[in-house]
Amino acid sequence: MSYDQARWSEDDQYEPLLSEKCNREVDVDAPLPDDLTRDSLELPAPSEPELARHYTRLSQMNYGVESGPFPLGSCTMKYNPKFTEDLAALPSASVHPDRHPETVQGTLALMGRLSAYLAEIGGMDAVTLQPPAGAAGEYTGVLIARAYHEHNGEDRPEIVVPDSAHGTNFASAALAGFDVVELPSGEDGRVDPEALDAALSEDTAALMLTNPNTLGLFERDIEQIAEMVHEAGGLLYYDGANLNALLGRARPGDMGFDIMHYNVHKTFATPHGGGGPGAGPVGVVEELEPFLPTPQVREADGGSGQEGEPGGTCELHEPEHSIGKVHGFQGNWLVLVKAMAYIARLGDEGLTDASAKAVLNANYLAEEIDYEIPFGPFHHEFVASAGDQDAAAVAKRMLDYGVHPPTTKWPEIVDEALMTEPTEVENRRTLDQLAAAFDAVAAEDEETLDAAPQRTTARYIDQVTAAREPRLSWQALGEEGEE
Amino acid sequence: MGGHNTGSPYAPHSPEETAAMLDAVGADREADLFDIPESVRFDGEFNIPARDERTVRREVRELLDRNDQLVEFLGRGHYDHYVPSAVDHLADRQEFLTSYTQYQPEIAQGFLQALFEYQSMLVELTGLDVANCSLYDAATALGETATLAARVRESSGSHVLVPEHLQAGKRGVLENYASGVDLTVDTYPMDDGAADVGALEDAMAEDVVLVYAESPTVRGVIEESLAKIGALADGHDALFCLGSDPVALSILQEPAAVGADVVIGDAATLGLPAAYGMGLGMFATRESFLRQVPGRLVGASEDASGRRAYTLTLQTREQHIRRERATSNICTNQAWVALRAAIHAAWLGPGGLVDLAADCVSRAGTLAAEVDEIAGIQAPVHDRHHFREFVASTDQPAEAIAADLREEGFAVHAVDDHLLQVCVTETTAEATDDLVDTLEVVA
Ligand SMILES: Cc1ncc(COP(=O)(O)O)c(C=O)c1O
Repeated sequence: MSYDQARWSEDDQYEPLLSEKCNREVDVDAPLPDDLTRDSLELPAPSEPELARHYTRLSQMNYGVESGPFPLGSCTMKYNPKFTEDLAALPSASVHPDRHPETVQGTLALMGRLSAYLAEIGGMDAVTLQPPAGAAGEYTGVLIARAYHEHNGEDRPEIVVPDSAHGTNFASAALAGFDVVELPSGEDGRVDPEALDAALSEDTAALMLTNPNTLGLFERDIEQIAEMVHEAGGLLYYDGANLNALLGRARPGDMGFDIMHYNVHKTFATPHGGGGPGAGPVGVVEELEPFLPTPQVREADGGSGQEGEPGGTCELHEPEHSIGKVHGFQGNWLVLVKAMAYIARLGDEGLTDASAKAVLNANYLAEEIDYEIPFGPFHHEFVASAGDQDAAAVAKRMLDYGVHPPTTKWPEIVDEALMTEPTEVENRRTLDQLAAAFDAVAAEDEETLDAAPQRTTARYIDQVTAAREPRLSWQALGEEGEE
Repeated sequence: MGGHNTGSPYAPHSPEETAAMLDAVGADREADLFDIPESVRFDGEFNIPARDERTVRREVRELLDRNDQLVEFLGRGHYDHYVPSAVDHLADRQEFLTSYTQYQPEIAQGFLQALFEYQSMLVELTGLDVANCSLYDAATALGETATLAARVRESSGSHVLVPEHLQAGKRGVLENYASGVDLTVDTYPMDDGAADVGALEDAMAEDVVLVYAESPTVRGVIEESLAKIGALADGHDALFCLGSDPVALSILQEPAAVGADVVIGDAATLGLPAAYGMGLGMFATRESFLRQVPGRLVGASEDASGRRAYTLTLQTREQHIRRERATSNICTNQAWVALRAAIHAAWLGPGGLVDLAADCVSRAGTLAAEVDEIAGIQAPVHDRHHFREFVASTDQPAEAIAADLREEGFAVHAVDDHLLQVCVTETTAEATDDLVDTLEVVA
């Protein structure tokens, strides 16, 4: 399989900027005193046909899940069902966040139902939908841990994070004011109980863990790990980025996790939107429910609020020891609508099958490629090593074969890592094509790799100069007098 | 659906294909591929029945139909403007919608350029040097600004000053972000709906690292003392953060000209409908803070063919490289909403934006005057210029009036015992006569 991406170009650029096509400066005339207003505004003024052509061309110079396989490890780039878009676009889905709860019973019921689904899927007792992404879910989780320990009169300034964890785990802990204690991985790529023992202390607020971890490996000692963390007085946090490996097979709550986030733009197929929006709901065990962000949905008759049963009346309330707010309103609501519809569509059977096929696909693909995979058995993703090749160069070359490359150079415990997650949506034929792309690149020499990519819109892009002389707006292009 | 087994409709494997693949990996059953200890295996049910697409659509529609259809005269930090069809159709193109962060810029020029254009529009609107390509929402953008202020502070400062009138969610999020960097959030008083600059000056001590002001304020008041606030902040080595939005900035004085160091706000006033509060965190700042910016930045570079090309840049600020020393924990952001906002802004053009913003001023003024005619209501409460919304004082309890209005199909804010707040944009303008008529009856 090969690929030629659309390449619109004019002179020394690809599609010209809107500002280069049709900037217009207008005088600002407003019913306000002059000293409160600006004099003029200069922005693009395309006609609608020009606008449509501009963005259509830009879209053609961009690669999405429907363009071809997208095995970007840790990101779970599933196909995004079309019908969920139609539901999110319903006028009835778009109410103002300050509406009186009595007048938005549908919205609240949907939130209640999604919360109930997520609680079931994760084995948790209560869920907040407010965090707008996975990292925001982590932040919410560590704030809950902080509030819980403070409530118990304990000062626990540290959070333990494995060296193989995603960067957001470290950053989210730091954002909440914690010191981060890095936990070195064991020989087998998993948590080493001895190292964990050394890292835990009366200062430990929580251990943040992904399971299966970023190598795709299940932490087999999870029960022992949970016991150790709880023994030390800490809480166990589950980073839900890899939940697509476990649906219907195991639940974080059953493994001893106290707090978890769900990454709905991964596991529940809401589109990644070129970087976002996502949503990162957080589930907790009963003891932590009073610390959830405000407001929470519940049934007005004092029920748990998680059932969201049709016919019941929902209300909003502030949990007793709430950590307060993590989003100005209720998070990325439209994303939540899509996630709810996806879960309802698949049900028990579909969710379990999604994980089974995601794991099967990863195993099948791994079997078919030549690159070495140092750690296993893995689940929905594997981390291959590019060996003598530069993983970043391998990725560039893979683009020429019409596939999106894996995540590269992370986790660092694998040399020249190619972190690969095909997801359940690929069939055998596509996996074979993907494997062929891996193998073709594996057999190529450095020169070929360095000349890549050739078939994408842009050729190799110099990122070093971009960082050394940042030009971050069309205004900055003008200043340099280069264009 | 073609050939696939029972299970996920989006996993295409036929039973034969599954069997062949299992064979290829040397497993008898899918279950054998899971390396999960017996003791933590889940053998229960979620009790979520699978439904076909038509059924789910009906169910969700029926659920959402339980929302009352009210004309929403609501604002307070979240605004509904008419979103042209072009935004949906263009942004929904799968190459945009289903792609992800541009880790491979060569294959993602389209989205990178769209984000570069979005950043540039914010540079024009704010007059500042750099804008990032999105944070989650206005509240988290304000929170991020507090952590930035803590990183760049020159003193041992530990206080953030915010206006007495502030949207509760913004205040709440700020409190959380501030607590992580040992900052305390205090308020300064308002005088007739705008900053009380004298009181702010008294509150400015050596230990203030950040002053936040808004224009328009949460009550819709256009702040007239921004330059003074900027000078006060500057005089005390504190940062000045201004909250606004792209529509308002289309006519208001450039933030850079009044000394703003950072501009935040909800940029989804363009591009998204009310969406139950889903937003787009706008973040722009001065060049001097470039390396402290939270979130992603798109920059121009060159590719091997010598053409201008775009790429994510200055990534050493970010969590995937800098981990606990990153400028923020944000990874997945609101890129697609930024795309929508940019399309919407381009669709309006500068003329359309200026007209829209001018209408926000005149509509609020006109409606306030009409409401003021009603016996038992005085509007606007603040003798100021307004943008989109205003506060009215009521002789009757505001909650009771708001409840009566709900019965008649209108939503307004009750902000205090005897204060209502009313917001009007082009999406509600046609209903203002009905609102006034109803208020005459219920107020
Ligand atoms: C393992 C892991 N944890 C956390 C995150 C952060 O999630 P988000 O990008 O939704 O903030 C990611 C996402 O990329 C991830 O791969």
